[in-house]
Amino acid sequence: MEAALDLSPLLLTLKVALLATLLAFAGGVAGGFVLARASFLGKETLDAILTLPMVLPPTVLGYYLIVLIGRNGALGRWLEDRLGISLIFTWQGAVVAAAVVSFPLILKAARAAFEGVDRNLENAARTLGQGEPAVLLRVTLPLAWRGILAGTLLALARAMGEFGATLMVAGNIPGRTQTLSLAVYDAVQSGNDALASTLVLITSATCVVLLVSSSRLLQVRY
Amino acid sequence: MIRKRLVLLLCLAALAVLAPRAHAGDALLVSAAASLSAAFKEIGSAFAAANPGVEVSFNFAASGALLQQIERGAPVDVFASADQETMDRAQERGLIVAGSRRDFTANRLVLVVPAASALGLKTPADLARPEVKRIAIGNPALVPAGRYARDALGPALAQALAPRFVNAESVRQALQYASLGEVDAAFVYASDAAGAADKVRVVATLQTPKPIAYPAAVVAASGRQALARRFVDFLAGPQARSALERHGFGG
Repeated sequence: MEAALDLSPLLLTLKVALLATLLAFAGGVAGGFVLARASFLGKETLDAILTLPMVLPPTVLGYYLIVLIGRNGALGRWLEDRLGISLIFTWQGAVVAAAVVSFPLILKAARAAFEGVDRNLENAARTLGQGEPAVLLRVTLPLAWRGILAGTLLALARAMGEFGATLMVAGNIPGRTQTLSLAVYDAVQSGNDALASTLVLITSATCVVLLVSSSRLLQVRY
Repeated sequence: MIRKRLVLLLCLAALAVLAPRAHAGDALLVSAAASLSAAFKEIGSAFAAANPGVEVSFNFAASGALLQQIERGAPVDVFASADQETMDRAQERGLIVAGSRRDFTANRLVLVVPAASALGLKTPADLARPEVKRIAIGNPALVPAGRYARDALGPALAQALAPRFVNAESVRQALQYASLGEVDAAFVYASDAAGAADKVRVVATLQTPKPIAYPAAVVAASGRQALARRFVDFLAGPQARSALERHGFGG
């Protein structure tokens, strides 16, 4: 290796993966709750459609994302004209890409977790005078938490390794949008196998540390 | 309990958002084919040194992906493709300034075999021998090197060999298959083979119908046309040429 190792991809990866997981968490838990509890026409179809980001090849998904949020895309133009936000080639774009890709992991886990909650326990809380928000926060969520947590950790790992959609939406710009996965791709493309191996080691170590610590932090015992 | 931890997590996330940004994004942004990455990083430093106050950022991906990004409004100033076809499409769609387009370097397509290969392949025609089972080639639909290889083989041989082709997603992947001995031969660029001389052997240089030239051009939507043009010209200059040659490019 000729130059000192640049750690900016690591910091960027952490930032992008954590924020993307947070977004996916909000959407996934809310969506999972609705899918588990509400009944409406086309529910299973909606579930399947929301799972598509897992099925589509990431580069294809990335292409659809820039069609949508690029500066010439419907949503992208609106964001730029109204709010002055341009997502393409920014790290925020990488967050969106990683969130979309990892969202189904939380959605599926949350739905299953909510469906596994014994409704009698919720009803017992209601007979004891608890309001709906309290039932949700003090009974349903704690009971579903382990399942949601499992999905969230999977999503975090997936967000850390996101490559294809990120490459399309955020670009592979060293120092600006180059995450660890993109840096590995870059090193392999330019034939620098030693650097690629180092980066893979860093990615793996970081992922293990992150997963262990967030699982510790989020594991709640009742 | 659970809420406290969530609040802590939210604070961490907020910190991440507020963390200082690396760049303001006012640099010249060059979208270049991934195979050019190592050489372009050197050229970028040289260009910045020759133009004080100018910053150059790169975006490296497959040429086709770069074109899609530009088409969708990515804020790119210079586009450097690994093939003419992608640049032709950019030109047809009015995405580049036609007068600014120029070829800045070249490459050669070679046939490589794993270093330990005992098949004794010498020419592309030898690939038709029955003991050759698998040949790595860049997917012609996506990878310019794959198209060059198909054209160089000619329709008859290409069709005869088609059942043995293992389509790679990039030239690098084709090279890796050969380096690992997973295929009997692979079509790669001379610049790729140069970097893996301990793992693969070049057995033949293929005659491509058209020379393999790398074009660069100023992106029509760029807000820094003059600077972008200077970078394109710099690519064809002596400093850039020697950097490219160090990485195995050049006719």
